[in-house]
Amino acid sequence: MNVLNYIDAFFSDSAHWQGYDGIPTRVAEHIQYTLEALAIAAAVGLPVGLLTGHTGRGGNTLALIATAGRALPSFGLMVLMFVLLGLGLAPVMIPLVVLAIPPILVTTYEAMRSVAPAPVDAARGMGMAETEILFRVELPVALPLILSGLRSAAIQIVSTATIAAYVSFGGLGRYIVDGLYQRDYEKVVGGATLVAALALVTLGVFWAAGRLSVSRGVRRA
Amino acid sequence: MIRIDSVTKRYPDGTVAVDRLSLDIPDRSITVLVGPSGCGKTTTLRMINRMVEPSEGTITLDGVDIMKQPVNTLRRSMGYVIQNAGLFQHRTIVDNIATVPRMLGWGKDKARARARELMERVGLDAALAKRYPYQLSGGQQQRVGVARALAADPPVLLMDEPFSAVDPIVRKGLQDELLWIQAELGKTIVFVTHDIDEAVKLGTMVAVMRTGGHLAQFAPPAELLTDPADAFVEDFLGADRGIRRLSFFPSVGLELLTAPIIAVDATAEQIAARDTTDAPYLLVTDLDGKPLGWAEPGELTAGEIRQDQLLSYGRPFIAGTDSLRAALDCAVLSPTGWAVAVDGEGRAAGVVSQQTIGEAIRGAHAERRADGEAGTKADGKTEKAAR
Repeated sequence: MNVLNYIDAFFSDSAHWQGYDGIPTRVAEHIQYTLEALAIAAAVGLPVGLLTGHTGRGGNTLALIATAGRALPSFGLMVLMFVLLGLGLAPVMIPLVVLAIPPILVTTYEAMRSVAPAPVDAARGMGMAETEILFRVELPVALPLILSGLRSAAIQIVSTATIAAYVSFGGLGRYIVDGLYQRDYEKVVGGATLVAALALVTLGVFWAAGRLSVSRGVRRA
Repeated sequence: MIRIDSVTKRYPDGTVAVDRLSLDIPDRSITVLVGPSGCGKTTTLRMINRMVEPSEGTITLDGVDIMKQPVNTLRRSMGYVIQNAGLFQHRTIVDNIATVPRMLGWGKDKARARARELMERVGLDAALAKRYPYQLSGGQQQRVGVARALAADPPVLLMDEPFSAVDPIVRKGLQDELLWIQAELGKTIVFVTHDIDEAVKLGTMVAVMRTGGHLAQFAPPAELLTDPADAFVEDFLGADRGIRRLSFFPSVGLELLTAPIIAVDATAEQIAARDTTDAPYLLVTDLDGKPLGWAEPGELTAGEIRQDQLLSYGRPFIAGTDSLRAALDCAVLSPTGWAVAVDGEGRAAGVVSQQTIGEAIRGAHAERRADGEAGTKADGKTEKAAR
């Protein structure tokens, strides 16, 4: 049996489409973990990135935090949190958030720094308040890069959220963890395929968000 | 009036960008700040809308200290145009121009209508309204920048090297447009440039600044060219100072000869009659009176005057409208040494020799000198910084 046979067998088994271990449930759980982690990471990363990028201060500190964040192994962090905090969603969320903050923070900062200085000078000279400059002049131009930061964070969360299954939570990791344990490779491959598909869907969602929110003048320039 | 009163800008590292500068910027005129890089001209401009805060001294606008009002209220009352325009690339042209009116609380439709009105005023095709900045040429973008600054009809316009980044031909167009807009709107414009020719062309008053933020001379352009305050100003004005100054002398009083002009269908008698000692050449015109070229009287045969016999006349000047500089240039360009004057429709109005133009220049100089002395005594207009 090759991989394609595994995939075919997994998805054509009607038992895999129903119940608490069915594909719809596991996909929904996985999406839930991803959205929660992304929302928390964005809530931290975006404001800090926008503000430091606008003022131009704190770039070095950010780079340091980002490197540290990236160096932390997600799985190890989860196990540590599990030991410290016990059973709960927090030990799963913390490593996902820690994983997602650096790309959001660093790209948002860089995106804001890369906005041309002339329009900002013109805006300030015509009497725009600093918050208006940030949201109406810099943000619309920085948006494509900021979205790309959010996108890579989201993709990383989608693929890493599988670790939740190791501490008895759901999501698509369930199939992989259980499949490996039961030596059911059909399940492992099926789960992995679903993770890959979800990552592709995430790409699509961000592409659509970019089309909708980025001005034509910025996209083409 | 904007009054800059012994203003100094000193940066924390000790650099002095502007040093005890005093300048009265008259209303409804263009005041140009010009000088080499590092002379503090941009810093001076940016202190007027508080983009840079002075370390010492005061700036007043119509008698009120600019530090006494909220900074954004002050800035919204002054149009601001910068090099490369600084357009918002995510907004359409019409929305770029409508920015300040929208900030002042105008409705969207009213602001856009105003923006379209301004597009026309600065010479932008209405079809560009819905375009984005990247779709426009550098010159068009700069026009949008000027329109955006004018949108809320501010009494003051601050322009920081607005035309430096475009090519010379486009720059000339933008300069002419600015003069035309200014004739119509009468704003108080402060204009920064490093280009002395631009300063002389646009300025009602020109402030020449030297490195270290000192004022070298503050005078109308003609006076600057006639009477530079010191060696620095003279050097900065560059070569051809005398020739360039002629731009300020009108060709109105120039004595034009009409005798040496004949039409292409002239008879032998007419040719003989025009063969005077006043002019060694005859100017042949077409039947509408437009100049065709020069010829020696002896070479012309009535009824058989051909274009290829004629000597080119170079370029004509418009009698009365163009300056003596244009007239002299035409005479120098013409192979016969005689300049051709035309009227507004391009019909030959007369011819004039280099000698006559030279006499007119000497006359104009003498007149200016007399005026200048009278003016200095009357109100002390000539303002020079202490060396």
